[in-house]
Amino acid sequence: MKYTIALFGITKEIVGNSSTTLEVSDTLTTDGLLTLLRAEYPPLASIRSLLLAVNNEYAEQDLVLSERDEIALIPPVSGG
Amino acid sequence: MIAIADSPINIQECIDAAQSERAGAVDVFIGTVRNHNKDKSVVRLEFETYDSMAVKKMQELADEAQVRWNTEKIVMVHRKGVLSIGDVAVVIAVATPHRAASFEACKWLIDTLKQVVPIWKKEVYDNGEEWLEAHA
Repeated sequence: MKYTIALFGITKEIVGNSSTTLEVSDTLTTDGLLTLLRAEYPPLASIRSLLLAVNNEYAEQDLVLSERDEIALIPPVSGG
Repeated sequence: MIAIADSPINIQECIDAAQSERAGAVDVFIGTVRNHNKDKSVVRLEFETYDSMAVKKMQELADEAQVRWNTEKIVMVHRKGVLSIGDVAVVIAVATPHRAASFEACKWLIDTLKQVVPIWKKEVYDNGEEWLEAHA
């Protein structure tokens, strides 16, 4: 499976790109993907909270991800 | 009207879009860029947005406010990109038949926007920069 994750704000700066990809043998859940991202980019651990958006909706921890999903990493928001 | 704008927000257009013959009140919130945060001197702001999800979430907030306060029209426009001191970052305009509901709905909309809409603010100081809320 190959997942593409859109990045914003501080996560984009940490990774150094506006998206990243993860290639894994098994299907991932939201939690599983977050764990892999934190392992690959340790500075992500310093961020207060990280959520995943799947198809423009905040995802539950156990949601099973498809390669076709639009996935985005959401650090704490600060609009307004 | 719900939008992310990459050029200056026209406040009058937002108010005009909110007006309705059935409304006796239009409450307008204008968020602007201030020159300091706590003890730091702010030079400019940079807003990054996840456009498709931001518009979807703002529309959901507008839909919920419509039900809760029986609003006539709601306008929410948020800037992205580089903003200078004094620039308009966000405009929310809410039209309701009577004024109390427009005040309440407008306050709830900006408070909730700040919590759930995927928009990120970087403050640039004369000696550094910081993504707000990112760290504990």
